[in-house]
Amino acid sequence: MPRNKLQKMQREEMMSKQGWPLYEVFIRARAGLSHRHVGSIHAADKTMALDHARDLYTRRNEGISIWVVKSADIIASDTIDSDALFGPAADKIYRHPTFYKIPDDVENI
Amino acid sequence: MNKEKALIAYVTRMGDNAIIMAQRLSEWVGHGPELEEEMAMGNFALDYVGQSRMYFSYAGELEGKGRSEDDICFLRDGWDYGNVLLLEQPNGDYGETIARLVLFETFYSLQLGALMTSPAKKLAEIAARAIKESTYHLRHASHWLIRLGDGTDESHRRVQDAIDRLWIYTGELFEADQVDQIMQSDWGAPDLTELRGHWHRQIDELLAKATLQKPDDGWMDSGGKNGHHSEHLGYILAEMQSLQRTYPGANW
Repeated sequence: MPRNKLQKMQREEMMSKQGWPLYEVFIRARAGLSHRHVGSIHAADKTMALDHARDLYTRRNEGISIWVVKSADIIASDTIDSDALFGPAADKIYRHPTFYKIPDDVENI
Repeated sequence: MNKEKALIAYVTRMGDNAIIMAQRLSEWVGHGPELEEEMAMGNFALDYVGQSRMYFSYAGELEGKGRSEDDICFLRDGWDYGNVLLLEQPNGDYGETIARLVLFETFYSLQLGALMTSPAKKLAEIAARAIKESTYHLRHASHWLIRLGDGTDESHRRVQDAIDRLWIYTGELFEADQVDQIMQSDWGAPDLTELRGHWHRQIDELLAKATLQKPDDGWMDSGGKNGHHSEHLGYILAEMQSLQRTYPGANW
């Protein structure tokens, strides 16, 4: 049973639906590919987040590895900054590796 | 009873366990406490439907009278069903469904583990496939048992009540009748007395983590394996079989 009042309050909160944070789910489809964002789920804790991600996003053989991360822990750019952040890259085509020939055997570039 | 008959009876019972568990779990669809958990129970139910299909087709094939998986599933009455009583009990609250999953899956994983080396090749193949699903069901349900048991006062009380209530149905899991004895000597099925020891050790460990008390073994209800069921099975079968009973041979 709960060992002190604070812990008890935390648990009450965990059990209440409002207290369930959102997690983002990333799945690695095959060895050699990177994890890709596939969606999000609610869960009360890390263990539950992994279980829920498995139950919702790997039912059709989608993957071999799962990452979950609290949505609140993701640091996102602000659309207000878009011009400053992304605008300058628009006219610099020399940064694209389009001048190289990709060998036929190389996949997933 | 010869060893072929025992194998048919045993495989059919395994199918019965799977399909009755599937029916109970699927009742959560539309009623789950959380969207994600509802999906999980639906997934588990489908896992069990898949397993029951493998068991029933195998039983039909062994029997050699041309009965299909559907015939075995939909055209037998309650007294021919050999599922354990634990599985036909109503779902109760989510804690009770979780408690039942834990009690049964702990048993079932051990049973499947032994059957993977059965000389009945097909049974061994089904077991090898089912054990992966069973291992995950157990993992998921164990996480919840710990969370609810070691959770709030209310969740602790309710899941403890559920364990206490379901405990009388756990004895039947380890009762060996003639079918089990022949299966053990001829088809590599587990020794149920030995399995009971492993089961208790695993359950002890899990209940301790969940801060729950193990009930004392007292009077145990049983009879399911031999077709003596509680009143609940009839309702499950009535709902599940109504279509095939009303429109025999219907398919789409």
